[in-house]
Amino acid sequence: MMARRVGRMSPFNITALALGMAFLYLPIVILVIYSFNASRLVTVWGGWSLRWYHEFLNDRAMLDAAWMSLRVAAVSATIATLLGTLAAVGLVRGERFRGRTLFSGMLYAPLVMPEVISGLSLLLLFVALNAERGFWTVTIAHTTLTMCFVTVVVQSRLASLDRSLEEAAMDLGCDPVQAFVRVTLPLILPAIAAGWMLAFTLSLDDVVIASFTTGPGSATLPIRIYSEVRLGVKPEINAICTMVIALIAVLIVIASLASKLSGARGESAAPL
Amino acid sequence: MSTRRIFARPARYAAIAPYLWMVLFFLVPFGFVLKISLSQTAIAQPPYVPVFDFSEGWSAINAAFAQLSFDNFRLLASDSLYISSYLRSVVVAVTSTLILLLIGYPIAYGMARLPQRWQPIAMMLVIVPFWTSFLIRIYAWINILQHDGLLNKILLTLHLVSSPVVWLSTDTAMYLGIVYSYLPFMILPLYATLSKMDPSLLEAASDLGSSPRQAFWLVTFPLSLPGVGAGALLCFIPIIGEFVIPDLLAGSGSMMIGQTLWLEFFTNKDWPVAAAAAVALLVLLVPPLLLYDRLQRGTLEGGR
Repeated sequence: MMARRVGRMSPFNITALALGMAFLYLPIVILVIYSFNASRLVTVWGGWSLRWYHEFLNDRAMLDAAWMSLRVAAVSATIATLLGTLAAVGLVRGERFRGRTLFSGMLYAPLVMPEVISGLSLLLLFVALNAERGFWTVTIAHTTLTMCFVTVVVQSRLASLDRSLEEAAMDLGCDPVQAFVRVTLPLILPAIAAGWMLAFTLSLDDVVIASFTTGPGSATLPIRIYSEVRLGVKPEINAICTMVIALIAVLIVIASLASKLSGARGESAAPL
Repeated sequence: MSTRRIFARPARYAAIAPYLWMVLFFLVPFGFVLKISLSQTAIAQPPYVPVFDFSEGWSAINAAFAQLSFDNFRLLASDSLYISSYLRSVVVAVTSTLILLLIGYPIAYGMARLPQRWQPIAMMLVIVPFWTSFLIRIYAWINILQHDGLLNKILLTLHLVSSPVVWLSTDTAMYLGIVYSYLPFMILPLYATLSKMDPSLLEAASDLGSSPRQAFWLVTFPLSLPGVGAGALLCFIPIIGEFVIPDLLAGSGSMMIGQTLWLEFFTNKDWPVAAAAAVALLVLLVPPLLLYDRLQRGTLEGGR
């Protein structure tokens, strides 16, 4: 029966798929190729060169922004993973408790909330608290957004786990915390890792929420890129974007290798 | 059963920290948005007159209620700038969702008909761009669409146009950017419904004499409607509040509500009006969110 399905790709199906994939990937490929262009003009191909990478590595302000972004992404992803995993455990294993609807509502809402609203509301909170804006305010803002994504990823893995494993561990004398740490945690580790990476890339990507919550002198890389892009295309930006893409590609490869090594099944290997 | 109940208690304790975090950094800030949307604009730092002063106790709060100002909302409802940006947000979101559906459906359908072992790879290929930075993907298009960019170069070389076409700062560029960014959101739910469809249904349809085309419109498409609804709402909802794409790709002529909010906040420093625009945007999002929630419940119940 499977064999009958295989032969049923019509030319239309193949064209749609090929065009769709080309549409998704071509712009990124073009961007990467042009980052190696020696010429300042985007249309003129001046030969392969690392000139724009040199330019970036000598651009103090850009480097500062990149360093700030990496720190924010690493710290916020770590806190978000911790909180998001705890939230997922509470939602999936906590059965019913008071305030559960509000809790899950608060965790789902940021997924669809326009970034302008999340950014504005957090800024108003920070102003009211008289908090100095900079690294920590952006980190808190990103943690709040990304922990919701972590919760969703971990929650779906946790919900698909066979509970009899935990029950067996407890029948054999583990208390609930031991059962969780020794049995459940290793099984959901690939999902937790995927959640961390998703949080990291989302934080590295955000321009709107960071613009609202950061203070003077602590721009993140996307904020810098954004203000440069508004002024027009600069080859240096191509180089920076290529490096970010490379970083994310490396993370994705590590994640898929890790989930293969951990012996998890195919469904958890998908990064979402 | 009893083991489960023993497990539930520490699991609930686990939820305390994230619960408090979300109350403090998600729920409470909304209180501030609401509060400031009801206050007066002032030339000060921060630029608004506080409505409540909690330090003075409940009597002061009660007194303050009398002074609540709905001026900002009245301004939103009367000024044509706000009305047109509200309308534009809806028009852009509806149009983009329709285009996404037209482009996304054939791709998802093609994916669902791929040989089984190729399907996870195709799904990965759709998800990966979602992981690459959103800003970078928009920037990639600016590279292509700019005056002396690749697209104009190709069009000129092929003699399809005689002089460079202006692509940037147009609605075409904006729609292109939106469709490009949100395509994975449309494809994935569509693919999820289409790939779960029982192939024997199509065999039955063809045994009963329908052509492949008839079978598609009579069997496949109606059965994929939950996926169509989910994909459409997953795109529609975030597009309504979109800021970066219209700001970078569309012209400066008319703005979406997210841009208006940004302008009021950063350029005009009118925080109360920005907060009121945020509340208005939220109100706009409630109906599609409720619809999505109902649809998801319906699918879950129908699946059982």
